[in-house]
Amino acid sequence: MSERDHIFERIREALRTSAPRPGAHPWDSAGSAGLPSGADFDRVLSATGRTFEENAALFERNSVDLATEFLRVDGRDEALAAVVRLRDREGWKRVASHRGELTDAACAALGLPVHWTGAADDVGVLEQCDAGLSECDALVAHTGSVLVTSRSAGGRALSVLPPHHVVLARREQLLPGLPEAFALLKTKYGGNYPSMISFITGPSRTGDIERTLVLGAHGPKKLTVLLW
Amino acid sequence: MSTAATQFKRDARRLTADLRHRHIIHSALSQYEVTRDEKKALFQDWQGARQLAAGIKWEAVNHLDRYVDQFVRGLEARGTRVHWARTGQQARDIVLGILKSRQARMVVKSKAMTTEEIHLNEAMEGAGYEVVESDLGEFIVQLRGEAPYHIVFPAMHLTRGEIRETFQRKLGGAPSDNPEALTMVARRVLRRKYIEADAGITGANFAIAETGMISITENEGNARLAAALPKTMITLLGLEKVLPRLEDLALFLPMLATVGAAQLISGYNTMYGGPRQPGEADGPEEFHVILLDHQRTAYLADAEQRDALHCIRCGACLNVCPIYRNVGGHTYGTTYSGPIGAVITPNLRNLQDWKHLSYASSLCGACSEACPVQIPLHHHLLRNRRNSTRQKPCWWQRTAFRGYALVANSCRGWGLVTRLGRFGQKFHGLILGSRLDPAYAWTKTRDLPPIAAQTFKEWWRRRGKTRA
Ligand code: SF4
Repeated sequence: MSERDHIFERIREALRTSAPRPGAHPWDSAGSAGLPSGADFDRVLSATGRTFEENAALFERNSVDLATEFLRVDGRDEALAAVVRLRDREGWKRVASHRGELTDAACAALGLPVHWTGAADDVGVLEQCDAGLSECDALVAHTGSVLVTSRSAGGRALSVLPPHHVVLARREQLLPGLPEAFALLKTKYGGNYPSMISFITGPSRTGDIERTLVLGAHGPKKLTVLLW
Repeated sequence: MSTAATQFKRDARRLTADLRHRHIIHSALSQYEVTRDEKKALFQDWQGARQLAAGIKWEAVNHLDRYVDQFVRGLEARGTRVHWARTGQQARDIVLGILKSRQARMVVKSKAMTTEEIHLNEAMEGAGYEVVESDLGEFIVQLRGEAPYHIVFPAMHLTRGEIRETFQRKLGGAPSDNPEALTMVARRVLRRKYIEADAGITGANFAIAETGMISITENEGNARLAAALPKTMITLLGLEKVLPRLEDLALFLPMLATVGAAQLISGYNTMYGGPRQPGEADGPEEFHVILLDHQRTAYLADAEQRDALHCIRCGACLNVCPIYRNVGGHTYGTTYSGPIGAVITPNLRNLQDWKHLSYASSLCGACSEACPVQIPLHHHLLRNRRNSTRQKPCWWQRTAFRGYALVANSCRGWGLVTRLGRFGQKFHGLILGSRLDPAYAWTKTRDLPPIAAQTFKEWWRRRGKTRA
């Protein structure tokens, strides 16, 4: 018998005696309640905005707390101009990015050498880039998070290795809360999920030394989100 | 007394009197409490959220065979290699086998309590691998050769000065004791390690059955890097980590961050379902998931305490525990400290050797109240006490309680003992604090309140007389 079978046998053996469901009365039949629905989650989780404007304001408030730089711009051309301004302010010499409609346009506007992820074995080069530009799957207003995947945002390292991560997001990508984000993942990827899905909330941070907040522990020291 | 109990008592006595240590822990946790409550208040119904979370975990743990099976099938469908380990030894052998087959030399780790549980670092180092902890707190305690002090904040007990001194000794320099500067020293050192590492080892906070993914919660991005750069990724997790559905994370991620670190949500919450897939830019060539039993199925068999397997290792019970805050994390001498450690260690290891942890509690219940998945921790402490005396009755305790019952059940007996006690207490001052004192175990650290000059009964009787 394989170790797997051994373990399954032990689990089944152990579960022969049933344990009461938490909060259940002895007269309830065990397990009848099933799993909570989305409506149950909405009842307990924190309230989110109903309109785009409300959610954008919520995202903005969270960004302030998290030290995320959140830039709302008017339309695509403005967004490209904002990326160029970031380049000048930060003094970028070389950026990393991935192929995508928005990132292609942004990189063209920048006019800098671009390292495209996935091109070659590139860890060393990626590490030398001043910023990583990526698209995203969604922004989450309730938590101030950016949702990226290894398919939509240039793999795994692009959003954590360069010292500055810049996210390009369109208006319809802003979602109220996490339940909506998971629902989106389901409809978008269905049975074929990317190998990595990540909710990024703020720049990399640590409180491990005397519980003092320090940004840029291992990942990016700066996170900029552009929304139009 | 077991050696573990002797060590616990000795260290507890030393640390409770160490005001500096108490001050460090107190200042680390007092801000946490304020911010945690702010974040809790953002939930529309925190108690309702706890109830839902407990219900979901109950569902997962009580149908563990079904969900683990589903989880594993999902992982395997995308090319993940799944391994099964009943014991710590098996798990260590599996890891060493993988490293050997991949011809690895250096391993970078992100924080994983399961690897502490099976002493993986020692095994890897013993086999000649270079092992680097990448979580800043873990990195610091690793440099110092210590065990993590807390399951979420491993270096909570250290001051910036101590950390600077450690860096100077081990890394050859640290410009100042400013936390930011110290963090940057670690960042520089660890960056190189990520790039050179052949394998990344992580733990997991959740295992999603529905989609066959693990979920890792962190703030620093170190697990993200460990899962992105090395060619091999290994994840070691306990069987009990499963959640039924992907959307359950919408509840668990903010709850874990709220009570664990007083955050709305942690910096990086990442799900991994396989190695690099066709068309993806990077990621490991191989992804290995090791499912660890290590007494978990034995725990599962105890229906009364099965819900201890609902634990999501948030550390909230540690943070609120008056015992933990006074004796500190290392005193427990276990991988899992604080209330959850006091509940599970005696059952995972040996009840008689570790029962002292279940006794070291005032049963105030702060832990049970803090627990996001509603584990009745302090009730389980009592159950451990009961089980330990059932398993090995102690003759003198029995006799003492019988004697006490005899006295307490008789009016006369009680009256007599009270009067004797009152009389005896007059002379207590002569031997107070010396070994001759029969109440020495109590009086060496506490005051003994005087027995009341009059019992209620005596008062009632006299009152009747004066009225008449
Ligand atoms: S027992 Fe509860 S409070 Fe303690 S670590 Fe586990 S989940 Fe958190």
